[in-house]
Amino acid sequence: MSAATYTRYEVLRTFRSRRFFVFSLGFPLVLYFLIAGPNHNVKNLGGTGISAPLYFMIGLTAFGTMNAMLSSGARIAGERAAGWNRQLRITPLPTWIYFRTKVVTGYLMAATTMVLLFAAGSSLGVRLSAGEWVKTAGLILVGLVPFAAMGILMGHLVTIDSIGPAMGGTTALLSLFGGVWFPISHGGALFDIAQALPSYWLVQASHVAIGGQGWGLRGWIVVALWTAVCARLAARAYRRDTTRN
Amino acid sequence: MTQVAGIVLSGLEKTFKSSQGPVRAVRGIDVEISPGETVAFLGPNGAGKSTTIDMLLGLLPPDKGTVTLFGKPPVEAIASGAIGAMLQTGALIRDLSVRELVTMMASLYPAPLDVDEVLELTGIADIAGRRTQKLSGGQTQRARFAVALVSNPDLLVLDEPTVAMDVEGRHSFWTTMRGFAARGKTVLFATHYLEEADTYADRAILMANGRVVADAPTNEIKAMVGLRTIRATLPGVGLDELGRLPGVKSVDQRGEAVILSCSDSDAAARALLAAYPDARDIEIATGGLEQAFLHLTGGDDDE
Repeated sequence: MSAATYTRYEVLRTFRSRRFFVFSLGFPLVLYFLIAGPNHNVKNLGGTGISAPLYFMIGLTAFGTMNAMLSSGARIAGERAAGWNRQLRITPLPTWIYFRTKVVTGYLMAATTMVLLFAAGSSLGVRLSAGEWVKTAGLILVGLVPFAAMGILMGHLVTIDSIGPAMGGTTALLSLFGGVWFPISHGGALFDIAQALPSYWLVQASHVAIGGQGWGLRGWIVVALWTAVCARLAARAYRRDTTRN
Repeated sequence: MTQVAGIVLSGLEKTFKSSQGPVRAVRGIDVEISPGETVAFLGPNGAGKSTTIDMLLGLLPPDKGTVTLFGKPPVEAIASGAIGAMLQTGALIRDLSVRELVTMMASLYPAPLDVDEVLELTGIADIAGRRTQKLSGGQTQRARFAVALVSNPDLLVLDEPTVAMDVEGRHSFWTTMRGFAARGKTVLFATHYLEEADTYADRAILMANGRVVADAPTNEIKAMVGLRTIRATLPGVGLDELGRLPGVKSVDQRGEAVILSCSDSDAAARALLAAYPDARDIEIATGGLEQAFLHLTGGDDDE
């Protein structure tokens, strides 16, 4: 058996889908130029010490990559609706390779989105050292781990008819309270909520660029907890889906 | 008697919950199939064929009973790549060409057939480059057959495979299936067409109401359920007289029409016309399976 061939075709068909280009690539890019373009001279956005082009570059990367990771849930829901998951269960494909393929595909989509937004950021004057680019990208990729589990969870919980609104609603809320559209000011209930969200820590990856530490202990703990809880729930949803009548 | 382990279903039972109370879909099924046999599960809709197949493939846990495929539980037999199946319902995944899809699925098996050969065999070589979401219903069925066949399984399971196919499609489908069975493979298919079971299987297992009501070589099954009926408008003739005609087994009256159930409809029709030249509106038909099952099960098998 060759899992590589299976993964290759899964990636191929994902990159051919129109949904990917619209929601994960097109949407964030257009929004970035709409929001950051008119403000490209703002050097210190809302007292963060971060320029508007950099802040929104990371913010919209967070938005686009969240969509990319959660869209594996849409593909799982689609395969369940088509009965394709039953077809796969009568092949020798192990379940863990099925999920690994979905996660790898989500990450490839997310990485594509990230590279394009970084290029868009450069075009609006974002200048980072090579080390800062790599560190920022690394933090974002780690911050996406809970979203990989969340995608698998949603794919088994939600039907194909409601996966669109469910995904859209989830990313909208996580973006809003995670500080994608405007910086969350420190202190107050909103700040407490934001810090408990995995999306907040994706956006905080931009602090690397002003010599910040990136996340600090709190960030790592929040990301690890979301990953553990979502993975646990995803495993339960998968088991319930495969054993029900 | 010693023989190589084939397919063994023993004491299988499955009950579903529904809003109208429990539905006993499968009520105790015992079947043994030897390697190399081609067997039909024959029965009307709701007989429990698909539920039995789902349990056989390990897609549905039985309430009671066990399944072994070539001496192994379903999960292990599937992991070894020995099983291929075309399920009753199911679409294809999008955004791949037919050839890409079949190649993708072939890559999951230890000893798949050649992809081009399978595309040729299933009659979809000419649409191999087309995206799966652009196929017609019949083409989708053929592509699903190709996916099942390319795995080169020891056991091929087909659940009502010809439902969306036209007449020509059916014919070439069964020809391909026979060619595959001739390689010494075990084939199990579900159908509600007596002709399909009779023509393409060595043996038919007749199911009704979640039970096996008969299990025999197909020619015997056909004799059991293949009665034909003659319907004719024939006022004023006694039913007893008609019942004595050659080839007639029983007689029924529906208004002015009489219905003769025949073991030999040719002889009965000749005798009928000779004895009653004024018989009108004559129709000869193959008795429906449902009717035959009611006859076999006595029609009182609901509980």
